[in-house]
Amino acid sequence: MPGFVEWGLELIRRASSDLSPDVEAVVRRGRDAEPEGTTARNVLDSILQNVEMSRADATPICQDTGLTTFFVHLPAGYDAESVRADLQEAIRLATKEGILRPNSVHPITGKNTGDNVGVDLPHVEFEPATDDAVTIDLLLKGGGSENCGAQYRLPDASIKAGRDLDGVERSVIDAVHKAQGQGCAPGILGVCIGGDRAGSYMGAKKQLLRHLDDVNPDPLLRDMEARLLERCNSMGIGPMGFGGVTTLLGVKVGWMHRHPASFFVSIAYCCWADRRRRLVVRDGVAQVL
Amino acid sequence: MGKEATKLRLPASEDALRALRIGDEVLISGTVVTARDMAHKYMVEQRPESLRDILEGALIYHCGPIMVRDGEGWRIVSAGPTTSSREEPYQADVLENYRLGGVIGKGGMGEKTSAALKKCGAVYFHAVGGAGTLLAKRVKKVREVRMLEEFGVPEAFWVLEVEDFPVVVTMDSMGGSLHREVLEASAQKRKDLLGL
Repeated sequence: MPGFVEWGLELIRRASSDLSPDVEAVVRRGRDAEPEGTTARNVLDSILQNVEMSRADATPICQDTGLTTFFVHLPAGYDAESVRADLQEAIRLATKEGILRPNSVHPITGKNTGDNVGVDLPHVEFEPATDDAVTIDLLLKGGGSENCGAQYRLPDASIKAGRDLDGVERSVIDAVHKAQGQGCAPGILGVCIGGDRAGSYMGAKKQLLRHLDDVNPDPLLRDMEARLLERCNSMGIGPMGFGGVTTLLGVKVGWMHRHPASFFVSIAYCCWADRRRRLVVRDGVAQVL
Repeated sequence: MGKEATKLRLPASEDALRALRIGDEVLISGTVVTARDMAHKYMVEQRPESLRDILEGALIYHCGPIMVRDGEGWRIVSAGPTTSSREEPYQADVLENYRLGGVIGKGGMGEKTSAALKKCGAVYFHAVGGAGTLLAKRVKKVREVRMLEEFGVPEAFWVLEVEDFPVVVTMDSMGGSLHREVLEASAQKRKDLLGL
């Protein structure tokens, strides 16, 4: 009977080679928004062509398959360490097959482990499940986009950002400007308001698990997401930073309670190739969504 | 922009490279050699003569590909560009020392590299970031690999024969830079948005 090794491998294969339809749809909208004959439009055409080829061949959309981050919801009775070991094995197999690039480098010796397994690799976050299904969200996020992440500590006089929602928006606009095309624009932003330094960054990353067509239940944040998308796109950075109207595909904002002395705004920048998939296992039957 | 793509065969003459301008879409055929962070540090600090045979007249490609063993050789699976700005401290020196035709990467590079392109008659070509499968299909042959053991798969020098490899000129040999232009225009927009 198949288990988490086989299911994990299929989850990785789908995440790496089969772009989620919600992301593809927004890329297509961006492509239609760029005038005919522009490099911006040609770039988005190439991206869409690459998405189709990768899906057909089951090959990685991007050679930088990033660091593997799993968000696992486990019902009572499962052994987290055994699930982690199975996911590590799935990663070793995926690397051997060329679904993942070996991306695990020792920071002191420079040696690559060659199999994507290392200290805190893969990164696995465990949480108790609220029902009896196992849910595993996988995010493959490349290094170039990870490097464009940013954290602001408000107030920040250099961008006239106070400790309020206007200050949050200023931080995001500044971060998108700094990123230019470096994170493989058009990008998707996960934003977290509040938290401590570490938690806030993870909170921002978790926002990237949201589908692009979902609606923030908080009307204040829903409006902020729409406004930030529009204002960031008005900067004209465009696909790959070549100029154009499609700089971002989406903005997702969440929050955490903060310490009275700290007001962090954390931004996770994800490239257009937002490779995320979800594995659900219920009554021994697995499905990748 | 949007006009017919120019075909460029490597090694290219200085005239052919000097004729290219930012915004030109180009299809490249010939030898490109992948080199990223460890490789650039190595080329500048050790200045190895042993690389001259693969680099002269070729293009350096900022790329860490996915490669799979295929009998005695290698099969290239996914091979888009990586962010070039990390090589900014090294690129000018590498361009001059190894007489490259230029560089393929993404995200653009800074003023030091721009000056070196002007001096050497070389060009910075931008490939579409994330188009790993599409670009790997334009690699016709994996000729050889160097420093694989020392650097690992993503960082090794992979010598690739490409055909009609699609790129856009974003930094030319006249000092032009599309990245500088977009940065300046968007900087003004940022100021307006923030009321600075």
